[in-house]
Amino acid sequence: MSNGINNETNNRTSIALYSVKVKRQMSVILLAIIGLYIYTSIATESSLIDFIDGWSGFERVAKDLFPPNWSYAPQVWEYLAETIQMAIIATTFAALASIPIFLLSAANLFPSKWVHQPVRFIMNVLRTIPDILLAVIFVGIFGVGVFPGIMALFIFSLGILAKLMYETIEAIDTNPLEAIRASGGNTLQVIWYAVMPQVLPQFVSFGLYVFEVNVRASVVLGFVGAGGVGLLLQQQVSFFNYPRVMTIILIIFIAVVIIDYISNKIRERLV
Amino acid sequence: MEHKLTLKKQRTKKQWIGFSLITATVIAVYLWTFIGIDIRWTRVFSERSIDNFSRVIPQLFSPDWSAFGKVMELMWQTLQMAYTGTLLAAILAIPFGFFAASNMVKNKLLNTFSKWLLDAIRAFPELVLALMFVAAIGPSPFAGVLAIAIGSIGMLGKLYCEVIESIDMNVVEALEANGANKLQVLFYGIIPQIIPEFLSYAIYRFEIDVRASTILGIIGAGGIGTLITIATQNRNWDEVGMILVVIVVVVTIIDSLSAMIRKRIV
Repeated sequence: MSNGINNETNNRTSIALYSVKVKRQMSVILLAIIGLYIYTSIATESSLIDFIDGWSGFERVAKDLFPPNWSYAPQVWEYLAETIQMAIIATTFAALASIPIFLLSAANLFPSKWVHQPVRFIMNVLRTIPDILLAVIFVGIFGVGVFPGIMALFIFSLGILAKLMYETIEAIDTNPLEAIRASGGNTLQVIWYAVMPQVLPQFVSFGLYVFEVNVRASVVLGFVGAGGVGLLLQQQVSFFNYPRVMTIILIIFIAVVIIDYISNKIRERLV
Repeated sequence: MEHKLTLKKQRTKKQWIGFSLITATVIAVYLWTFIGIDIRWTRVFSERSIDNFSRVIPQLFSPDWSAFGKVMELMWQTLQMAYTGTLLAAILAIPFGFFAASNMVKNKLLNTFSKWLLDAIRAFPELVLALMFVAAIGPSPFAGVLAIAIGSIGMLGKLYCEVIESIDMNVVEALEANGANKLQVLFYGIIPQIIPEFLSYAIYRFEIDVRASTILGIIGAGGIGTLITIATQNRNWDEVGMILVVIVVVVTIIDSLSAMIRKRIV
């Protein structure tokens, strides 16, 4: 066994960067990753052979997509507006509803384990449920329309906002909190005068971020009948009307880019 | 002791105008939203939905354990899709990251173009990409894998680029000064610095992709989503409940495993 230290007397041999043990570990991990990849790519029919097999399909669709049919654009606008409106409503209500939740899950405000742990647990579970699955369930209950979509986005946003915000609150300067507590302020006064002023810019910034996420999410909610531009997209794909599909995709793309840009600019100025 | 109280700063005229403009815009956006949105309240709170509610919710919370085997089988396929897709993206994103990094490729045009391309990819939800791939090659897990792979390049490429731009360039310069060629600089100067973070981001992205791939089946791109569509169409809400339990548990396990590994790497 040769390692760096033994070879120090001999100036000519280079010093190994990694010990033999690390090298062996790395090789095993690398082999495992490659092995798993080969297995999964065969199991999901995603190997190179499948790619070559599917090539004609990609070529056909790519050819059909161009040129986009711009005369269809005015019809898209109505649905795109609906998509954005859904995101605005869901984000607004989620932001309001998340306030008590993130306050309760902040350990520096409610140190008792029995308060913040259960709230966090529920929010953790909510975050793992995909928004579109929520939409499927709400469509099952309320029928097709924008309302189930808004509900799905609302619950989904609640989980994200609560997590981002309680982490922010736990990182704030606690001196003002203690000062107000020491001078006899109750929890509500602590929250109002010490916590809120410190976290308000972040709150607005995260709200905008969740709005961006929601716009992107609401684009696809229409696939399951929960309102928005997705409905149009799926319809036109199933009719093989690819020039129209391309128009819808481009309009979605432009809208998302503009919204992200504006939201980013505002957030940069806030925090 | 000296006490100082500072007065609240008076707003200047310019700030007032800005403030009123912002308020007006916000109000206008909300007016547009609430007037434009088409919620049919009579249908939302009709007798039928109340009926549905009392039927669906209890069923959701009493998962059908007889479907467990089938659900797990498709969840396994979901994980395979996420793994294949993420690994493909983790490798394909490397050149994108390098091209976009301004300290690696000195060509400003190429930098901007790569960054723009990565931004463009990130603007699309995976489900839209999957829809296109399903249209091209038919419903199969392969369509899902491709959607995941392409969708992940956008985020990974951007994160990779940030990692590359923040490396210690002194090491690179030292190697160059000693006469190392490009390949040697890459292997001894750059790669050791970026590997831990690249890995960490790839694992983080795997987490996101597991979540994303659970729903791809809704439009026919394989995985557990396929079962979601079938179960909801047949109104087997107890089966949907089972699917929910499996998704929540598996995603939670993957998240904590990934967090653990990432903590050890970086």
